[in-house]
Amino acid sequence: MSSSGAAIDERIKQTSGLRKALIRPELGAIVGTIAVFAFFIIFAGDSGMFNAQGVLNWSTVSAQFVIIAVGACMLMIAGEFDLSVGSMIGFAGMSIAIFSVTLGWPVWMAILLTFAICIAIGAVNGVIVVRTGLPSFIVTLAFLFILRGFTIFFPQLIERRTIIGGISERAVGDWLAPVFGGKVGGPIFDWLASQGLIAVFERGTRAGEPIVNGIPMLIVWALGLMIVAHIVLTRTRFGNWVFAAGGDAQAARYVGVPVARVKILMFMFTAFCATVFATCQVMEFGSAGADRGLLKEFEAIIAVVIGGALLTGGYGSVIGAALGALIFGVVQQGLFFAGVESSLFRVFLGVILLFAVILNTYIRRIITGER
Amino acid sequence: MSSYDHAPIVEMRDIEKHFGPVIALNGVSFDIRPGECHCLLGDNGAGKSTFIKTMAGVHKPTRGEILFEGKHMDFSSPRDAMEAGIATVYQDLAMIPLMSVTRNFWMGREPIKRVGPFKFMDFKTANDVTMHEMRKMGINLRSPDQAVGTLSGGERQTVAIARAVYFGAKVLILDEPTSALGVRQTANVLSTIDKVRKTGIGIVFITHNVRHALAVGDRFTVLNRGKTLGTAQRGQITPEELQDLMAGGQEMVALEGSLGGTV
Ligand SMILES: Nc1ncnc2c1ncn2[C@@H]1O[C@H](COP(=O)(O)OP(=O)(O)OP(=O)(O)O)[C@@H](O)[C@H]1O
Ligand SMILES: [Mg+2]
Repeated sequence: MSSSGAAIDERIKQTSGLRKALIRPELGAIVGTIAVFAFFIIFAGDSGMFNAQGVLNWSTVSAQFVIIAVGACMLMIAGEFDLSVGSMIGFAGMSIAIFSVTLGWPVWMAILLTFAICIAIGAVNGVIVVRTGLPSFIVTLAFLFILRGFTIFFPQLIERRTIIGGISERAVGDWLAPVFGGKVGGPIFDWLASQGLIAVFERGTRAGEPIVNGIPMLIVWALGLMIVAHIVLTRTRFGNWVFAAGGDAQAARYVGVPVARVKILMFMFTAFCATVFATCQVMEFGSAGADRGLLKEFEAIIAVVIGGALLTGGYGSVIGAALGALIFGVVQQGLFFAGVESSLFRVFLGVILLFAVILNTYIRRIITGER
Repeated sequence: MSSYDHAPIVEMRDIEKHFGPVIALNGVSFDIRPGECHCLLGDNGAGKSTFIKTMAGVHKPTRGEILFEGKHMDFSSPRDAMEAGIATVYQDLAMIPLMSVTRNFWMGREPIKRVGPFKFMDFKTANDVTMHEMRKMGINLRSPDQAVGTLSGGERQTVAIARAVYFGAKVLILDEPTSALGVRQTANVLSTIDKVRKTGIGIVFITHNVRHALAVGDRFTVLNRGKTLGTAQRGQITPEELQDLMAGGQEMVALEGSLGGTV
């Protein structure tokens, strides 16, 4: 037995620092983030992308991606997908609009009810996947169509149109609406403006006010969800169960991990994230449209994969997924600032997805020792 | 053997298990005493895995009785059996390769540290205990963060065994722990079995390999097509007799003739 100890000691030298750094899930996303920022600082540095307003612009877009990526990341690590996220976003927004505008209920009630309905739909997704053992890909694909169909059907039936506006007016004075549509840190920005650190409006009704007058709650939600999910995943017992459920559900079950419960909860969490996204969006636009959230499920999954998670589950990082989302936001808005044709964003997405998947496969081989 | 002075920890009486029309077990009796290594032998499909899964609470027996420390037991889940002290290291999936040794070791029983109203996993304790327990089994880990996937097959088995022992197993079931291992690794696992037995834990050791069984076994039970062909004590049976029992007699004799006695 002592010889086996010696054999292991010899192997320490084989693991170079580089290789060790390589087998972090976030590595690709960190490198990507640095590369993307370097690129745009060089090519769009003087386009206003990095002044207060520009930063707010791409931070907001990135935060949207972060919110859905965090949910998709936890679910993917637990070994499942949710393709109904985009439809869920449209559905949740429409649900808030119908409850508050069409039915005239208080906005807070519309929001809470929508959360309850959407999380319940997430649970249904989860229960079907867990009970039938069908791939979540198929089950949630069904919900992609079901939810989108209802999102178009209900407003047409009730209001004879597919966009419902007037939510901003209904939200005035509501206690819950600002949690999704408000801004924080206003006084700080006033102070920054008074110090001449950020620009102020020169003309118009808001002359003298800072151009950026607070951080949207959307960004606060993104940061909050990211931090909570990261801590839960890496530092708690439940986090260990999430990894175990996705790593090998049967092995996890044998040692008493409640795999079904973990997976269903992750479907519910993904639905929660989609609803947060939808609520923030509805509060910002003041309207709900039947086509909102289109393709968001794929963007979320791509962000998660760029963040280093394996499509097969059991491995990944919330921080990585959030960086993946940041890369998205920065590139999407950066191309706009740099004056590049925006359709090229799709090309970029496809290319970076391929790179990320290839890198992840390589990392997986290192970890599992497969050849 | 002193272990026969003890009452059995687990006693399985006339266990039958049907999967629809398939009769996987057809009246198997078996017991395991503290500090002994009871080998369960049999050919592929004999019902060994099904039998120990019944003992471990994965399957409910169709008929028959399970006594745990003399009392009638009705395990409704693997968790129940685990709580009672029956730990199992499965043939196919003992560990999750992508997760660290520590995370695997504590999976399902993570140590908790409270910070205010929040409960976190106590990684310091978890890592220290894992390193210590693995060292006791003769394996020096590079680091507790090392993914199980980077361990050799024998080392993985040892992690699983160390885990079961640490969590107070009274009976440790090993389903073909040596089937995929080379000579050296097999020797390591067999010596781990010996160490564990000496602590008073009863071991159920499943194998096809008569030599592995004879190296550590105190008693030998052979299963064939869902039935026991009898239990023998160490010293009462020769390797050849055991081999014959496993293969169901005749065919083996014929085969051995044609192969010149090399099997
Ligand atoms: N869940 C199940 N459903 C139906 N039949 C099953 C099930 N599990 C086992 N069987 C059948 O029961 C019989 C015994 O299988 P078992 O896995 O217990 O054999 P084994 O002795 O462990 O074989 P091996 O040495 O190959 O591991 C086989 O014929 C198998 O097909
Ligand atoms: Mg078997």
